[in-house]
Amino acid sequence: MYVAAKGGEAAIDNAHRLLAEIRRGDPVVPELSVAQIREQMSLLVDRVMTEGSLHDPDLAALALKQARGDVVEAVFLVRAYRTTLPHFGASEPVDTGAMTVSRRVSATFKDLPGGQVLGPTFDYTHRLVDFALTEGSIPEPAEEAEPGPDAGHCPRVTDILGQAGLLEPSPPEAGAPVGDLTREPVDYPADRAVRLQALARGDEGFVLALGYSTQRGYGRTHPFVGEIRFGTVALEFVPEELGFPVPLGEVPLTECQMLNQFRGSGEVPPQFTRGYGLVFGQGERKAMAMALVDRSLRAAELGEAVGAPAQDQEFVLAHCDSLQATGFVEHLKLPHYVDFQAELELVRRLRAEHEAAHAEPGEPLREAAE
Amino acid sequence: MSAPLPEQGYNFAYLDEGTKRMIRRAILKAIAIPGYQVPFASREMPMPYGWGTGGVQVTAAVLGRSDVLKVIDQGADDTTNAVSIRRFFGRTAGVATTTRTTEATVIQTRHRIPETPLREGQILVYQVPIPEPLRFLEPRETETRQLHALAEYGLIHVKLYEDIARHGHIATTYAYPVEVAGRYVMDPSPTPKFDNPKMDDCPALQLFGAGREKRIYAVPPYTRVRSLDFEDHPFRVQRFDRPCALCGAEGVYLDEVVLDDRGGRMFVCSDTDHCEGRRAEGFTGEQAA
Repeated sequence: MYVAAKGGEAAIDNAHRLLAEIRRGDPVVPELSVAQIREQMSLLVDRVMTEGSLHDPDLAALALKQARGDVVEAVFLVRAYRTTLPHFGASEPVDTGAMTVSRRVSATFKDLPGGQVLGPTFDYTHRLVDFALTEGSIPEPAEEAEPGPDAGHCPRVTDILGQAGLLEPSPPEAGAPVGDLTREPVDYPADRAVRLQALARGDEGFVLALGYSTQRGYGRTHPFVGEIRFGTVALEFVPEELGFPVPLGEVPLTECQMLNQFRGSGEVPPQFTRGYGLVFGQGERKAMAMALVDRSLRAAELGEAVGAPAQDQEFVLAHCDSLQATGFVEHLKLPHYVDFQAELELVRRLRAEHEAAHAEPGEPLREAAE
Repeated sequence: MSAPLPEQGYNFAYLDEGTKRMIRRAILKAIAIPGYQVPFASREMPMPYGWGTGGVQVTAAVLGRSDVLKVIDQGADDTTNAVSIRRFFGRTAGVATTTRTTEATVIQTRHRIPETPLREGQILVYQVPIPEPLRFLEPRETETRQLHALAEYGLIHVKLYEDIARHGHIATTYAYPVEVAGRYVMDPSPTPKFDNPKMDDCPALQLFGAGREKRIYAVPPYTRVRSLDFEDHPFRVQRFDRPCALCGAEGVYLDEVVLDDRGGRMFVCSDTDHCEGRRAEGFTGEQAA
């Protein structure tokens, strides 16, 4: 009798058919539309776009539907699709200072130009399950304020503080092309732009835990939320044949500017340093965590002791990507018979030697290295 | 020129030509510096990392329309991952596929080298999980890169020596490190060390792709590949004390198949094509049906 544990083509096809059936669920229940996911699971869609490095709400919603709501699997679908898209070039840097804000809060100033704008947030909700939602309900419309005299003017906190020299300035525009880790392998040590890309694409849970670890003493950075803003920015592109920027549309973004204490050094007077986070859509948790880890990864540059995991760029960058992590962890499901056979043979031989050695108590132990 | 593709909307063998050119450049550099790990801009592929994305990209870059592709996993053509990758190229490249080692021009493999000796003109593409042979001794890329540059391989010899001190012999059974062309120490991917001698002076081109780790390396045809060892502890491969139960082959790598819960076992060729070929020639083992 020879029963091989090998899967044939028919088994794979059947497994895929079963998966499609399970994905659909009970056919009596109406099927979800992509538009429903896009509109009503919007934070999930935002997360898939951010970690998928592709802004396309319909595609992300479709990926979520196909993935049965599994975020990593949906990110996987979006990334695999992104691979096949032609690369035209890079847009102009977006101006988040000119963002049309839906939400903007600062934890460092009680009031500031542009004001504190709460916008759509869970922050002050009581987390009581709303059973009325079971049946569906039409929400009451929120009241809109009259635009004030400085409406539309919402300078970034970093620009306000920067004028007084209290805050490290943005690095000067180098003009050099920005690295793209989806098109070039990471070369350690990676520069900040590449690190920020990796963190933006990184798994939210992993980046969150790393950011959290810096708050618990593993690479402290004394952070303050200078500002979080969420809203839309204009996207512009300079086609080579035109030579001037043309608008492509608007993209919703969440930006977090973290301010961190810095004692200064012999050359630099004490000033605040910065950590930066930027994600597609509304993703404050991720943007904040990213800003914390961005700052902790700057430890070496700022002359701080490097010891904690969140300060170690090889550790962070090599492990933050959910696709790389899930792929390698889950590949353990693949057959490993030949390697296991090699280990079996060794363990059997070692056990036989062990048994032989213990069977003859009179014989002195051999030097192992002989 | 442009024959209709089996899969609409994708280039021949999935990757766009610009990406293939980038991968081919990395492959050429890898061939020029045998055993050296060349960084390349590994793309995100429609299969998961760890399931052969590096091998798939290398295969996509070297595959031509007249190639005949064979894909094995654990030596077998019919394991799920081998079936999946073979189908992927069937769909996206429309190339002929085979299970016969002798008929194939490109063979993508995970964890084995075919028993049938390879010939000139064939390409063996390995799927590699961790390309860095020093990785488990030194986790930092910045460090290992320097160790390779200085050919400073003391760490790995100390590791092998510690095996001997602890177990009486070298306890590395697969992914056994090799020295290529007298210079770079290389990870042969997690093939059992049984297969290491087949890499030495091999007439075929051997290419290694690590997708997640973004590295490609190569052993050009007829290159010296030496498994690391000591004068008093020479390199030795696994031995099986019985032949294949189906085809009676000796001196091949065997899979152990558990027959029942009373200790029943049988040992059969891990290389399914080799086993089938022998049985077609009339060889039988003690448990052949």
